[in-house]
Amino acid sequence: MELKSNVPTGPIEQAWDRHKFELKLVNPANKRKFNILVVGSGLAGASAAASLGELGYNVQCFCFQDSPRRAHSIAAQGGINAAKNYHNDGDSVYRLFYDTVKGGDFRAREGNVYRLAQLSVNIIDQCVAQGVPFAREYGGLLDNRSFGGAQVSRTFYARGQTGQQLLLGAYQALERQIGLGAVKMYPRTEMLDLVVVDGQARGIVTRSLIDGKLEAHIGDAVILATGGYGNVFYLSTNAKGSNATAIWRAYKRGAVFANPCFTQIHPTCIPVSGDYQSKLTLMSESLRNDGRIWVPKTPGDKRPPSQIPDSERDYYLERRYPSFGNLVPRDIASRAAKTECDSGHGVGETSLGVYLDFTDCIKRLGKGKISERYGNLFEMYERITGENPYEVPMRIYPAIHYTMGGLWVDYDLMSTIPGLFVLGEANFSDHGANRLGASALMQGLADGYFIISHTIGNYLATAKLAKVTADAPAAKDAIANVVSITRKLLGTNGTRSVDSFHRELGKIVWDYCGMARNEAGLKKALSVIPTLREEFWKTVRVLGSNEEFNQSLEKAGRVADFLELGELMCLDALERKESCGGHFREEFQTPEGEALRDDEHYSYVAAWEYRGPSASPALSKEPLAFDYVHPTQRSYK
Amino acid sequence: MKIILHIWRQKSSQDKGRMVRYEHRDVNEHMSFLEMLDVLNEQLITKGEDPIAFDHDCREGICGMCGFMINGKAHGGFPRTTVCQLHMRRFKDGDELYLEPWRAKAFPVVKDLVVNRGAFDRLIAAGGFISASTGSAPDGNAILVSKENSDRSMDAAACIGCGACVAMCPNASASLFMGAKIAHLGLLPQGQPERKRRVLAMSAQANRELFGSCTNIGECEAVCPKEIKLEVIAFMNRDFLGANLTK
Repeated sequence: MELKSNVPTGPIEQAWDRHKFELKLVNPANKRKFNILVVGSGLAGASAAASLGELGYNVQCFCFQDSPRRAHSIAAQGGINAAKNYHNDGDSVYRLFYDTVKGGDFRAREGNVYRLAQLSVNIIDQCVAQGVPFAREYGGLLDNRSFGGAQVSRTFYARGQTGQQLLLGAYQALERQIGLGAVKMYPRTEMLDLVVVDGQARGIVTRSLIDGKLEAHIGDAVILATGGYGNVFYLSTNAKGSNATAIWRAYKRGAVFANPCFTQIHPTCIPVSGDYQSKLTLMSESLRNDGRIWVPKTPGDKRPPSQIPDSERDYYLERRYPSFGNLVPRDIASRAAKTECDSGHGVGETSLGVYLDFTDCIKRLGKGKISERYGNLFEMYERITGENPYEVPMRIYPAIHYTMGGLWVDYDLMSTIPGLFVLGEANFSDHGANRLGASALMQGLADGYFIISHTIGNYLATAKLAKVTADAPAAKDAIANVVSITRKLLGTNGTRSVDSFHRELGKIVWDYCGMARNEAGLKKALSVIPTLREEFWKTVRVLGSNEEFNQSLEKAGRVADFLELGELMCLDALERKESCGGHFREEFQTPEGEALRDDEHYSYVAAWEYRGPSASPALSKEPLAFDYVHPTQRSYK
Repeated sequence: MKIILHIWRQKSSQDKGRMVRYEHRDVNEHMSFLEMLDVLNEQLITKGEDPIAFDHDCREGICGMCGFMINGKAHGGFPRTTVCQLHMRRFKDGDELYLEPWRAKAFPVVKDLVVNRGAFDRLIAAGGFISASTGSAPDGNAILVSKENSDRSMDAAACIGCGACVAMCPNASASLFMGAKIAHLGLLPQGQPERKRRVLAMSAQANRELFGSCTNIGECEAVCPKEIKLEVIAFMNRDFLGANLTK
């Protein structure tokens, strides 16, 4: 398949402005004649639905939660980047663009990233106008902090709840449009299939999570803003309900999936405590500014940390990376923790953890100062583990946090199915092989507020859209497909619960396609995942019926999709014979153990096309060109 | 440890519902409360019984989706804690716990411990926003906000919309929830143009949703997992009075 990115040619600084001028407009009086379906109500979905409603389109918005305000964007802690240069410290649109391309380990599209950096400044303005209570200085101006190793202060924040406040801003804008009748909201409604008519996305099939009613909703365009697929790992920092079903079923209707193996691991999460564990909790990365990471020098040393003298501790990040020490980027800190645990140095009951120790900085700065900086995080840690981090070092371990891969989209955020647009974490577009801190919120809102509002108009103004109704054959076929999946899930009546399959899949993907991957492991995963999937369809037990509130049935459908997606991730990871960003292939590393990219052979987006249940997916490549930021090797020694 | 659970089971909004007793012998002190229920549900599924429905999503205390009454207290009544952040080490072996859904006319039960909180969304849709359509904003630093007001606004904006305040209030009043939004927006310069309109529209909607009136009991503040203060209700009442006097 030929993948046309449609990135405008010419100077990158003017590309978006020129492109906007070239896009066709929809006459204001005609906008209400177009029906747009938005799936998902996080930062990308809510901002898109609200903005399109404001423009006059007829919008329907769907979310599986009980309210659009629950979407998982709400959990983002740190902040949102914007190239405002309010601090006179040398920031600029170009620098944010440069940092993002480099941070993504040169696997993102330059044109998209430049536009993202440009729009970042508008996002802050928009959010302030909506009443987002960003942190302020005494003079009343906006405060910033530096974040995630950036050399400039460009991160805007609202305490440790930036995601919550940005989402509430978008949610309130959305509710305003709902109140005005421009948007119709469908909470507790899950998309289960895409309706494609004459090659165009023309609708979706949904299931009401209250009473199981299946419905085909027809529209002139469909927007998926359904987030990432980190829950394929079962244990992740994602919300329990976060799932890949919408993008996966769109993939099976012909949308191409890009870079599925690019997943991000966050180094500072609270370790797993037992096999009942349902999710992992992230602790802000800022803790590494003052905490020192160590493990006992002797493998299997089970003495309490206070009884291990300094001479028997290995501060491995400080030892291996003398110049960056405990502040090395996420992927490097995560892999180093894994290396220590794999060689038997891990701590805690499960031996899957390393110490993050604040003893030295408490001695140096006093308990008061540390409590001022991290008080809320220490409290959260104590609530979860029952241990007081002022006295006992924290135990941390990496966890899956974000997925850079997603449905392939062009510069207009349109997938390979005309009329199907994909926004936010659900698409693959801006973060390459590794996302920088405080960039996820930026991308979600740039896509939803400022990009889709222009590009969807061009599609609607130029596409030839036949009249389609809910009883069109394609809609009936999609409903029949959903009915058959549901019947199979409910009718198997086996012995194993859905969660037990999900846990097992998560462990396979984590072991073989997690922080470090190798050929033998990936091949192993590719042989055991299909077996597990077969077993799922033979022995899964889902109780109850479709026509009721049935949380097991909801989960079952999502896990069935994860069982397919996990395989594609491994396939993609196997095919990409290089290391880059979050994708670390053990065979491809420098003598010092760092990621070794192969720009000559792998400077492309890997895009996978579904070819039916028994055929393997077809790989297409979108080559990446770097005209502005020249690929270099990252080094943190 | 062993925990005796009495849980409200109700098949649907039409069903009458009843308390059902469960003896849960596989509780570990490190489990979260919801993980304890997960394990119970796995056992029920094995036995072929309908698992207990409860709402949850982020499981880190920010999405506001989870929440039910534990022994008559919303989220169990522990400070700064939603039910997903509550761990079993807070309880003792042999404890007997009563789990019920939020109790309020405006929050009808969907199933078991799950309720419909759509009324909260409709309160926001009625006026809990600043009308600022995309693209119309001035530069962020063109609007000055004193640090004090910004901090107070943020205190109120921390509300997660879980509904504990309504569930705990003997009047099932939504005053803490509404007051939080009205104070969040009313403390900012951007929120001034619609300040009167906002309080009037939201109050009228609260009446339509059958939320009760506030009689200053303070149960809402006591169980709020985000420690929203009663003063937001005073803020709302002042705005309400002012708006009525000048309309």
